[in-house]
Amino acid sequence: MATALVDPKHVTMSDFKGKVDPDWCPGCGDFGVLAAVQKALVELQIPVHDVVTISGIGCSSNFPGFINTYGMHTLHGRALAVATGVKLANHQLTVLVTGGDGDGFGIGGNHFLHTMRRNVDLLYIVMDNQIYGLTTGQTSPTSRVGMKTKSMPFGNIEAPVNPISLALAAGATFVARGFSGEQKHLTELIKQGIQHKGFSFLDVFSPCVTYNHDNTYQWFRPRVKKLEEDPAYDSAEWMAAMDKSLVWGDEIPIGKFFERNDVPALHEAEPVLNAGALLYHEPRIPLDIARSFVEELM
Amino acid sequence: MKQTLTIGIGGAAGQGVATPGDIFAKIFSRRGLHLNAYNAYQSIIRGGHTFLTIRTGPEKVTNMGDRIDLLIPLNQDAMNRHLKLLTPGAACIYNADTIKPGIPGEGIALCPLPVSTLADITRNKVAQNTLAVGAGLSMMGIGFQALEQVLTEQFKKKGDAVVTENVEIARAGYEYASANFKPFAWPLPMSSNRYAVLSGNIAMAMGGAAAAVKFYCAYPMSPSTGVLHWMASHARKAGIMVRQVEDEIGVVNMAIGASHAGVRSMCATSGGGFALMSEGLGLSAMMETPVVVIDCQRAGPSTGVPTKTEQGDLWQMLGAAFGDYPRAIAAPLDIGDCFKVIPEIFNIADRFQCPGIVLCDLLLSEGRLSVDPKELDFAPVVDRGELITPSSASGGTNGDGAYKRYKITDSGISPRAVPGVPGHTHTAASDEHDEDGVLISDEFTNPTKRRAMMEKRMRKVRGIEAAVPPPLLSGPRDADVTLIGWGSTKGVIEEACEILTEQGISANQLQIRWLVPLHGDAILDILKHARHTIIVENNYSGQFARYLRSETSYVPNGYIRKYDGEPFMPHHIVEAVKEQLGGASKISVPAHEILV
Repeated sequence: MATALVDPKHVTMSDFKGKVDPDWCPGCGDFGVLAAVQKALVELQIPVHDVVTISGIGCSSNFPGFINTYGMHTLHGRALAVATGVKLANHQLTVLVTGGDGDGFGIGGNHFLHTMRRNVDLLYIVMDNQIYGLTTGQTSPTSRVGMKTKSMPFGNIEAPVNPISLALAAGATFVARGFSGEQKHLTELIKQGIQHKGFSFLDVFSPCVTYNHDNTYQWFRPRVKKLEEDPAYDSAEWMAAMDKSLVWGDEIPIGKFFERNDVPALHEAEPVLNAGALLYHEPRIPLDIARSFVEELM
Repeated sequence: MKQTLTIGIGGAAGQGVATPGDIFAKIFSRRGLHLNAYNAYQSIIRGGHTFLTIRTGPEKVTNMGDRIDLLIPLNQDAMNRHLKLLTPGAACIYNADTIKPGIPGEGIALCPLPVSTLADITRNKVAQNTLAVGAGLSMMGIGFQALEQVLTEQFKKKGDAVVTENVEIARAGYEYASANFKPFAWPLPMSSNRYAVLSGNIAMAMGGAAAAVKFYCAYPMSPSTGVLHWMASHARKAGIMVRQVEDEIGVVNMAIGASHAGVRSMCATSGGGFALMSEGLGLSAMMETPVVVIDCQRAGPSTGVPTKTEQGDLWQMLGAAFGDYPRAIAAPLDIGDCFKVIPEIFNIADRFQCPGIVLCDLLLSEGRLSVDPKELDFAPVVDRGELITPSSASGGTNGDGAYKRYKITDSGISPRAVPGVPGHTHTAASDEHDEDGVLISDEFTNPTKRRAMMEKRMRKVRGIEAAVPPPLLSGPRDADVTLIGWGSTKGVIEEACEILTEQGISANQLQIRWLVPLHGDAILDILKHARHTIIVENNYSGQFARYLRSETSYVPNGYIRKYDGEPFMPHHIVEAVKEQLGGASKISVPAHEILV
């Protein structure tokens, strides 16, 4: 074994720097999310090769190319399905899934729902800009009613999805919302989401400075209010979280809405994995067991 | 001509057609006899009409054959549909209390069972079935003890009283038949061989276990669901992670994810589910992450005929996902081959880091065949190809840039590091990418690099061709007629060739197992010596004939096709060949006489 030049015990920001610089528009909210993820991984001291960053397709889904971890840039909407396979095959890995609102709540909506109820141990970060960016500005599942886009030039007439309520209803065991303009707070939420054993959902307001002129930094800043600043708020209370998830307008809550730790993650619930991560299992089945399979048929 | 005996059991779904079938199958296979079973059924849980055909004999039985020797109709409908199709020497055992036989043809023995006097039908709802099994075995010259043993095994969980009751009913039927019915002219022989009875779905699932599959996922879809059922019920013993997923899109992507993390992954579906998987196949090809997908064909298009067979998915497999990419497609030739093909295609998929497709069909998936346990090799060659895992890695350094996931090589194969290996971080992308995984699809578009990556991936095609043997001709080289088939029609064409030869028309067979790579030159070499060629396939448009022509420009002399949902019977092919050799037509579509 050659010795690693970098001591895995001392991971720094530069270790997580990707091969290429992000090609997002200047001012894009996704820069803040990338920086917060890198900071969180450094603070948690997770070696780069133990992290897999998996995305679908879209502006924010280019994320894996901009961070040095194992990366997968998969199909539009399918990141969570791929990530579930990765996690079940080697649950020792830290799995991050990154994508946008169209990718996660539109084309990938079905996988979003089912990955939550399965409680797959991963952190799903949605960079929610309430618009389709890479396709140059169409209505997304989180676009507000009345918003004018290239695909709905006379204003959106469909109600947006509420990702926080949806996640709570689907049984997500960690549900939070961050804002790209609140770096420290966001980094903390990412750390908690990674450390949570089970499915962690983190919806991040990540403004699109090119196509969404409604939900801008200036629009969010006076509205966002941290749940952590309310001493009465208890994130262990599901009903309280559901109530809070419906708050939207002059005040928009960000922070950890909900967390429970009494549900086993999918890999913990599966007895086949009692013997450790699937990748390290003996590849062949013992011949006496194989023989018993054949005998059943005789 | 091979000596065989065929039993047909017909009735409504829910009447218990399967159980007598299973009992016969078990007794035959334990007697050292081969068997082949096919169940014609409908997508209904109760009612309708189901017809199970079990054919047995001392030699390999490769298909359902042309005749029924023993008909067991469990209701009037089954009697009405099938009695008229019996031929001399056949017998029909039926419940004389509830079923009227009608007028049988010449040489057909009616064997009425006075069910209510032989058994207490208020206690045992399936008494007529058990009596018929006993009676049938008596007529076949099989000692009662074999049946007693199987019934005891079957009912022992329900207690001694239930065992005794069923054994006594069976004995009553057995003894009644010994006293009243004429035994078959050909008593069933015995041999010291012992066979396992497998469905194609079980064979493919066990083939997966043998091939070191560690991850299996699926969405239920007939006729592939049997693979999921076997996998799920044997997962813990076999150490396989089995998941039922929300849809087939999720299935293929989850399997690719698990494979990407380093374990062999497999999934199965039918045509409709495969359509949903198409984009995932492209992902597997572009990321160069192997995955094996089984497609159990059923009659299409759309929802089609869920419980009926067809070979109608070939072009879907050939065209699955957009763009050009290397793939391997194998069509197993029989149920035993369903087992063998899985480790083979995994070795191809792993070595060449591409998708592998197993093109099966309902006939094999849900049919049953006796297989010699010695043919089920649970220690086949497992070649993972150029795979770097945390346990195999010879080391490396973080950030030194030396490792290139998509390194351009002569073979087109680039060593594949799985997540967790230090010093090998990279991004695998569905977008076109450079050797190190950096995207060249949008801002970094580069025609030179794109061309190099396309050519790198497509170079793997040559390697796949070299790794797969060309098809071989079976039978005399100078035969009057050459029958060309693919996949599951092997057995029935083989028997048609035997019958034709007996009737003075020499016939040989070219059966295709690997559809991609096809080995067109080897096929042309064989066919240029053929006198009269006919392509036989279970679809409307001649999908294989069109494929063969597109790859080789070869046009055969004629075609035999069937697309009514039921498989070929040997006489369908024999009669069509004679018709075509006589110049009557170039294309035959045999009618399926048995209405099920």
